[in-house]
Amino acid sequence: MHFATMPATALRSWSCILFVAALAIAGECLIAAAMRSLGDLDRLRTGSGLLGYAGPIRAVLASPLFLIGALCMALNFFAMLFTLSIVELSLAAPATASLTYIGNAVAAKLFLHENVDQRRWLAAVFVCAGVFLLSK
Amino acid sequence: MKHTLSPQRYLILLAVSLSASVGDSLLKRGMKQIGPVSLGHLGLLWHALFNPWVMAGIVLLIGFFASYMTALSWADLTFVMPATALGYVVIALLGRFWLHEPVSPYRWAGILLIVCAVGFVANGPSRTEHPSTHHELDLMDSGNGR
Repeated sequence: MHFATMPATALRSWSCILFVAALAIAGECLIAAAMRSLGDLDRLRTGSGLLGYAGPIRAVLASPLFLIGALCMALNFFAMLFTLSIVELSLAAPATASLTYIGNAVAAKLFLHENVDQRRWLAAVFVCAGVFLLSK
Repeated sequence: MKHTLSPQRYLILLAVSLSASVGDSLLKRGMKQIGPVSLGHLGLLWHALFNPWVMAGIVLLIGFFASYMTALSWADLTFVMPATALGYVVIALLGRFWLHEPVSPYRWAGILLIVCAVGFVANGPSRTEHPSTHHELDLMDSGNGR
């Protein structure tokens, strides 16, 4: 990757990375919202044993928020495959992971109204820094 | 407000952090046997589904999705996220002690940072309490609350 000499390539790489991260953030927030509105899945169990899971599975699959979220995650998977074909893995993987991580914290605060306190912000920053160090 | 999680819920969070990373490693192991897949030979992907390593990886990733969604049904997204981040640490440790890959000082520092992050969040509350709880919403839905 030659950022200085080929700005157009860098722009394309980073738009791909941003797009992948945006899809992941949308998907995770939608799925989190769906699961929160369903509540504790144990309450939905229809009996003991494996058959008892039919209740929670049916409830999850009937949730429109979950279905749109799952669609976003599927698109995210294919967008990531495409991105990996033009951006090297050692940049794409940590960049999308870190952006998704910070983005999720912001989106959880804005849209899910989660109480993202100081320790959660600090954790988000630590994980991003940690992911970048791991990729070195 | 509930600050502590039951042992069963800790087990689910453990499954969230282990299953994704181990599942990915198994996929990686299987795809190494299959070889590179080009756009012209997408049929290879169908073939890959019958590789035992890939199959085991897919089973674990389904398990990951199930435990992840179970965790989200009783915890905040920002609470569950560090548990998934612990997966990066598991991958690095698997690489070091199972595949005998060298781990640089940078990587050890990264592992330390992620472990600290998990510690911060795990010490806090798992769920944001909102004034309108599920119970009240259920009452309104059923009409009994009016």
